[in-house]
Amino acid sequence: MDVNVTVNGESYERDVEPRKLLIHFLRDDLDLTGSHIGCDTGNCGACSVIVDGVLVKSCMMLAVQADGSNVETVEGLAQDGELNGLQQAFSEHHGLQCGYCTPGMLMSATALLRANPHPSEEEIRTGIQGNICRCTGYVNIVEAIKAAAE
Amino acid sequence: MLLREVEYARPASVQEAVRLLSDHDGARALAGGQTLINVMKARAASPDALVDLSALAELKGIDLAADGTVTIGAMVTYTELMASAEARARPILGDVCAQIADVQVRNRGTIGGNVCSNDPTNHLPPLMVSLGATMHIVGANGERSVPAEEFFLGVYMTAAGPGELLTKISVPPGKSDGFASVTIGRDGTCIVNAAASVNGGVRLALGCVDAVPVLIKAGATDDDAVRAAVREANLQPPSDVHASADYRRHLAEVVAVRAAGEARGKR
Repeated sequence: MDVNVTVNGESYERDVEPRKLLIHFLRDDLDLTGSHIGCDTGNCGACSVIVDGVLVKSCMMLAVQADGSNVETVEGLAQDGELNGLQQAFSEHHGLQCGYCTPGMLMSATALLRANPHPSEEEIRTGIQGNICRCTGYVNIVEAIKAAAE
Repeated sequence: MLLREVEYARPASVQEAVRLLSDHDGARALAGGQTLINVMKARAASPDALVDLSALAELKGIDLAADGTVTIGAMVTYTELMASAEARARPILGDVCAQIADVQVRNRGTIGGNVCSNDPTNHLPPLMVSLGATMHIVGANGERSVPAEEFFLGVYMTAAGPGELLTKISVPPGKSDGFASVTIGRDGTCIVNAAASVNGGVRLALGCVDAVPVLIKAGATDDDAVRAAVREANLQPPSDVHASADYRRHLAEVVAVRAAGEARGKR
C-alpha cells in the first residue's frame, strides 16, 4: 500500500506491506534508527514517537495507519547539530546510562512538556510511566526533565 | 516483529466497515490496536484482514444528554475520555481510564477496544456492568442494543459477533460509583478488580474472577453486607502465577468493600 508521511518535517512516500509496524518502517525503510525496539510487546516504550501530536509506541501501530500523518522522532529534536534544551539537560544530569531507553524517554518528555510546561515530580513520573529504563536510572531522568522545564 | 501477512482496509463509513467484516470470515476490526497488534505478534490471533475503524467519525465523540446520559463512541481513546467535559458527568469513567496502562497506551487504546477484547483482567467490562451501561451494536441486519451485563459472553467473546461492530456505549446518569483493584505493579494488569455503583442498594461487578464480570447486587451498602454478598456468590476464580484461587477469592471481598466504600462516599 502507498504510505505518505512527513517525518521530522520531511515528506516520504513508500510502498508498504500492511503488516509492517511503524517502528520497522522508520528504522528499515527510512533509515531513521534513533527510535529503538526494546521489548516488542508494547511495554518498554523505547520505540515511542509522536504522531500528529500524540505520543505513541510505534511497535503497536502499523505503518499504514500512519498514512497522511506527521511523525516526530528523536532525530528531529536536535537542530543543526545542536542538542535541544531537553537533550542538553539529559546530558548534564546524567539522564542516561546505557542509552537504550533514551530516545523513547526524550519523546515522552517532549510530549509531556508540550502539554504541561511545568510538571511536578509526580506528573513527570506519570509522564514517563510507559518508558522502562533497565539501568533503573529514573532519578536522574526525572531530574533532567525537571531541569529542562525550568 | 514481523506480523503474518494481512490485508488492510480503512473504510469511510460504518456500513462499509460492516460489509467488510461480514464478507471476510477472517476479518477483524482494528480499533486502537493496543491489544490486537500485540496478540498478532504472538500469533495468538492471525486475522486475514484488518478493518481499521480510525476514519469512522460516527464512532468518535462523547455526548451528554439533557437527562445526564453519557454516550461514548467506541473509537474514543482513554485520553480523550479523561479530557472530556461531557464524560465528567459520570466521573468514574475518567477516573478508571486514568488507571489503565500508561500515557502511550491511553493515547491510542479505545473504550470500544477494551470492552470488545473482553480480556478478563480489563478494567472496563466490570465498570460497564456495574454502571448498567447499554452497548449499541450494528451489523448487516441493522442496529440493536444489549445491556452490558449480557454483552460479555466469555473470555475474549462478546455479543458483538462476527460481522458486527460496537458503535457506542450509553452510560446512565449517576455519580455514586467506585472502582478498586489489586494490580501487578502500579497501574499494571489487574489481579482482581471491582466496580461498584450505589443507587439505594449496590451493583457490584467483579473482574478477573471468572470468564466474564460477575454481577452481584446487594440491598445494603455497608462493608459487612458487601462482604456477605461476595461470599454468597460462591466465586470460583482461576489460579495462576499471580494469585491462587483462594487468594483471589479473598481479594474479591477486599476490593468489593473498597469499591463500595468509594461509591458510598460520593453520594
